[in-house]
Order: sequence, then C-alpha cells, then structure tokens
Amino acid sequence: MIGHRRFARDRHGRIRPGLEDPERDLLRALPHQALELVDHEEPIARRLFPVAYPGDAAAQSDYHDLMGSQLLEHHRQALETLAATVDAVTVSEDDLQVWLGALEVLRLVLGVQLDVSEDMAEVAPDDPRVDQFTVYQYLSMLQDEVVGTLARSLPAGGTDDDEPS
Amino acid sequence: MTGPLTEVRPAEVEVPAGGEDVRPDRPWLVIVWNDPINLMSYVTYVFQKLFGYSRDKATKLMLDVHHKGRAVVTSGPRERAEHDVFRLHEHGLWATMEQSG
Repeated sequence: MIGHRRFARDRHGRIRPGLEDPERDLLRALPHQALELVDHEEPIARRLFPVAYPGDAAAQSDYHDLMGSQLLEHHRQALETLAATVDAVTVSEDDLQVWLGALEVLRLVLGVQLDVSEDMAEVAPDDPRVDQFTVYQYLSMLQDEVVGTLARSLPAGGTDDDEPS
Repeated sequence: MTGPLTEVRPAEVEVPAGGEDVRPDRPWLVIVWNDPINLMSYVTYVFQKLFGYSRDKATKLMLDVHHKGRAVVTSGPRERAEHDVFRLHEHGLWATMEQSG
C-alpha cells in the first residue's frame, strides 16, 4: 500500500495505528488466548515472571510474594487494554506505551511456545507451528514499528554515566 | 577478605564462616540476560526509557547482552535495584540482581 505508514503521529500529537481489519481481529483475539496460557502453562509463567534473586531463595520468595501479583496485573491490564482499544482510529502516546507492553507479552508467550532460538529464520510450510510463527513474526514487525514511533519522544541526549560491566 | 581492622586483636574478631566481606553497603547489580525473543530495537528502547541512557549507551548495553549473554545495566542500593528489576520485568526483559563484590 503506497504511503501508508503505521503508527504515524497526527498533528494533535495522537498516533494513528492504521491497522487493517485482519490485524485488528488478531490483536483483539490474542490477548485472551495469551492470558489463558499464562494461567496454565508453566514455561510461559516462568518466562513472564522471571526470578529476581537467583542466588537467594528467601529473598526471591519475599520478592515474589510482594511483586508477583502486581506484575501479573500489569501484564493482564496491558493485554486487556490492547484488546479493548485495538479499533481506535487514534491512540494517545500513553496508550501506545501500553500497546508496546502488550505486544511484548504476546511475543513472549508465542516465543516460549515456539521455543524461539537466536538464528531461527523460518519454519517449514508443513511444520504445524507455521501459523504461530507467522503471527510471531508479524508481532515482531509491529513492535518494531511501535518502538520507532515512541523512540521519537525520548529526551534527546540522555546520560552516558559509566556503569560497571 | 578486605577491610581495615584497626585496634582490634585477631582473637576478638568474629570472622564469618565463608570469609565474605559483609559490609552492608555494597551496591547491587542489575543484570539483563540475553533472550532470543527480545527484539534488539525494543531492548535498546527500554534501556533508554527506564534509565535515561543515550541511544549510543543503550545500544552498547543491548549489544553486550546480545553478544556476551548478559550485562550489568545499572547498580545501586538494594531497594532501587529491586525496583529496577521489577520495571524491567514489566517490560518483558529477563533481569536478575546480585550484590557486587
């Protein structure tokens, strides 16, 4: 499609997702599916709620008790917001930040299911995972576009303080 | 084992069994681990957004994570490090924390 860029800003500072119908159908349906998997699939839950204190079981237990439900709620709200706002003609910058988070959760869920590796380029057409992989690649492309739009709002410069490495 | 022990006779010192330095103010390191699922552009953006790093610095850290398997992205007192880990988890990155030294 000529001249059609997704996630372009309009002159009021809002963003036009510019999604086609099949895209919106997908993004409306995926969040609920993902939430089901988060609740029931151990490897997915583990990736979405990583261990913070790998060397300290007691500290990890405290951290999980304190922050675990907050993290789940954060992911849940992001997914629900995406599903609920996917038909909007324009979204705010804040909304788009939420979409970014939702896309990441969706990519993590699919990525774990697909057991994605670093150099995984394609999945064979007769592989039963091919549809999942296509969705995964689509979400990757979408996330990259959202990052491109949001990155323009980052403060110029930033800090270069030395960090230990 | 380090640390000044002035005016204390060796017999009076209680040494921790492991011989570790137990100064409570050692900074905590926040580490991000490589995950093939995370997009490079997304990771770079998250580092800029959460820590205010320049694009160059965020890109360098992202590449460190990508090539070396992990990188220390920030450090500080325990509570702040824990909060940074949580924010990274909110953004879908695989982050852990450990005390330096």
